[in-house]
Amino acid sequence: MLPDNPFTQKRSPLGSEKIGYRGNINAIVSRDGSNALSPDELERRLIELGFIEGATVEILHEGIIGGDPIAVRVDNATVALRRREAMAILVD
Amino acid sequence: MSVMTDAGTCHCALVGTPNSGKTALFNALTGSRQKVANYPGVTVERKAGVVHTPSGLCIRVIDLPGTYSLRARSPDEVITRDVVLGKLASETPPDLLVCVADSTNLRLAIRLVLELKQVGRPLMLVLNMYDIAKKRGVEIDTEALSKRLGIPVVTAVAVRKNGIDAVLRELDGLALRQYAGDAATWQPPSTAELRSGQHEADAIIRATVRMPAGSDTLTARLDAVLLHPVAGLAILFAILFVMFQAVFTWAAPLMNLISSGFNALAGLVAAAVPAGMLQSFLVDGVISGVGSVIVFLPQILILFLFILLLEDLGYMARAAFLMDRIMGGAGLHGRAFIPLLSSFACAIPGIMSTRVIDSHRDRLVTILVAPLMTCSARIPVYTLIISAFIPATTVWGAFSLQGLVMFGLYAAGIVAALGVSAAAKFIFWRDQPSPPFMMELPDYKLPRPKSVAIGLFMRAKAFLVRAGTTIFSMMVLIWFLATFPRPPAGAAGHAIDYSLAAWLGRLIHPLLEPLGFNWQISVALIPGMAAREVAVAALGTVYSISGGKASATQIGHMLAGQWSLGTALSLLVWYIFAPQCASTLAVIRRETGSWKWMAVTFGYMLALAYIASFATYHIAAALGVG
Repeated sequence: MLPDNPFTQKRSPLGSEKIGYRGNINAIVSRDGSNALSPDELERRLIELGFIEGATVEILHEGIIGGDPIAVRVDNATVALRRREAMAILVD
Repeated sequence: MSVMTDAGTCHCALVGTPNSGKTALFNALTGSRQKVANYPGVTVERKAGVVHTPSGLCIRVIDLPGTYSLRARSPDEVITRDVVLGKLASETPPDLLVCVADSTNLRLAIRLVLELKQVGRPLMLVLNMYDIAKKRGVEIDTEALSKRLGIPVVTAVAVRKNGIDAVLRELDGLALRQYAGDAATWQPPSTAELRSGQHEADAIIRATVRMPAGSDTLTARLDAVLLHPVAGLAILFAILFVMFQAVFTWAAPLMNLISSGFNALAGLVAAAVPAGMLQSFLVDGVISGVGSVIVFLPQILILFLFILLLEDLGYMARAAFLMDRIMGGAGLHGRAFIPLLSSFACAIPGIMSTRVIDSHRDRLVTILVAPLMTCSARIPVYTLIISAFIPATTVWGAFSLQGLVMFGLYAAGIVAALGVSAAAKFIFWRDQPSPPFMMELPDYKLPRPKSVAIGLFMRAKAFLVRAGTTIFSMMVLIWFLATFPRPPAGAAGHAIDYSLAAWLGRLIHPLLEPLGFNWQISVALIPGMAAREVAVAALGTVYSISGGKASATQIGHMLAGQWSLGTALSLLVWYIFAPQCASTLAVIRRETGSWKWMAVTFGYMLALAYIASFATYHIAAALGVG
């Protein structure tokens, strides 16, 4: 996990972005709390699906209820995930 | 040492990320020379086949479940890990590994290759779907990639016969190469290792692959409609509706053909064999019994055809995406959609396919409710009763009333499944956050007729084997029960009234009488535990013997004369819920590893069935049709 950097304070969680958002992944920061997985395991799963620092992401589609889940273009693959897990993906 | 174990045979395992076209490559390599079975002790499907290389080497290929890593989070992935590492006792450790990758989507596959290299077995990478990648303008420098990875890399088009020649040549070379024994250094990768592995994979791809700007435009344009929050859902429901109407209308001519075939056969046998015990056994027991089940083969195949097409098209993952939040309201995972949809064909493959769900809890809930999905074994029962009791009229201009009743039965199963899952979540996991939903949405691909055909053939074979073994032996047993003991000479009434079947049926009849069931139904439900559809054949045998001449296809007409509408509806409702399938219960026991969850499933289904049938019969009686 990267330490907070004053120059990247613009970064926000992918999980709270709107459909059509495009950006780059700044960090994967998974915290304990609302997830069923341990923070470390959630991070590993996200990495296994290609979510790592520097990858470009775009929110392509969202579900009918609460805009959840979202379909995200990660480089040249598309991954579906829920907004709650996408909160661990920080983008700028 | 050389990887060749004994005289010219070597073992090769196919590994790859989900959607890499691994199974297409497996089919192309082995063709129809494949065997599908289960790994001992678990219900993970083991697909193995044999291929001969140009140099005459015999390679035993095994197709492993798709995975992103050897970390193994689900039972499926545990098998992949253990086979790759040579730790599965029942399996010869593979002499070589073939990693299959989708050429249009290499990032995750290259990271998997880097991990597989640590296993220390000869490894090669197959860039599958190379034609699609080229068409999209993806340029891969395979030589540079091979050098960077330190393993052979070949391109392939698994769906074309000549597209795998290069793979075979490379297998030949790899099998003959010397390698330094087992040098396994694989350890489950840590977060940091996964991250650096992905960075390394990305660097390799940057150096060796040129990607065109933009994505697959066709997939993007299709998804704009198919993943649209409103239009996408409407299309999903339309597809399901068409699927169930098709099961009814398309199958009818074929079913008529099959049933007249069996009638003709029964006629021939009746003419050739003198009347008596043997004729009764062949005509009433064997031909009418097995025939009344085989007649449903067209419907089952049409259902599987839809499921296989949607799966190969890449639509199933979209359906999971569309349904995730809606099913989430009932405590079900989006991924449960695929197992539950398969359960419409049969709960057993449905329950087995829950292995793709990595969270134990989501998997358990899906297993619990899967038997409520209307499986194809219920179709014979539903069809029989609907065609006998529901008039074949058209309502609202276009829909057949029989089709609508069928749709209603399916809907009732779905609603019940959602209700039970919500209740299970409330009872067992009230305060826990739900496990994550994360999955790749693969690009759309045109299904290959050949792979769909292989899939259908496997299903048809499984059904016919079941009809020939389980169902056949049950039919013989029922015929025996319905025939013996013989009535005393000069006795009044039907012969069957004196049989063991009548005695058994009357024994449990008091329990089922409040549901409007007569003793014949009670008798038929007992063998119906072996397989639901057997009940139809059993009714045929019971009535055909008691009536004398009627063939299995005329059971419906006879029932219409013997049962009230209330009894018919009550039996329909019973079949929505009742745990009438011993094999499903056995699979639940095996998949959950506990008698407890099997008992929970049996208990709740029986309770639902009894209550719902009771209510149906009494409401029907109150309305004057009981």
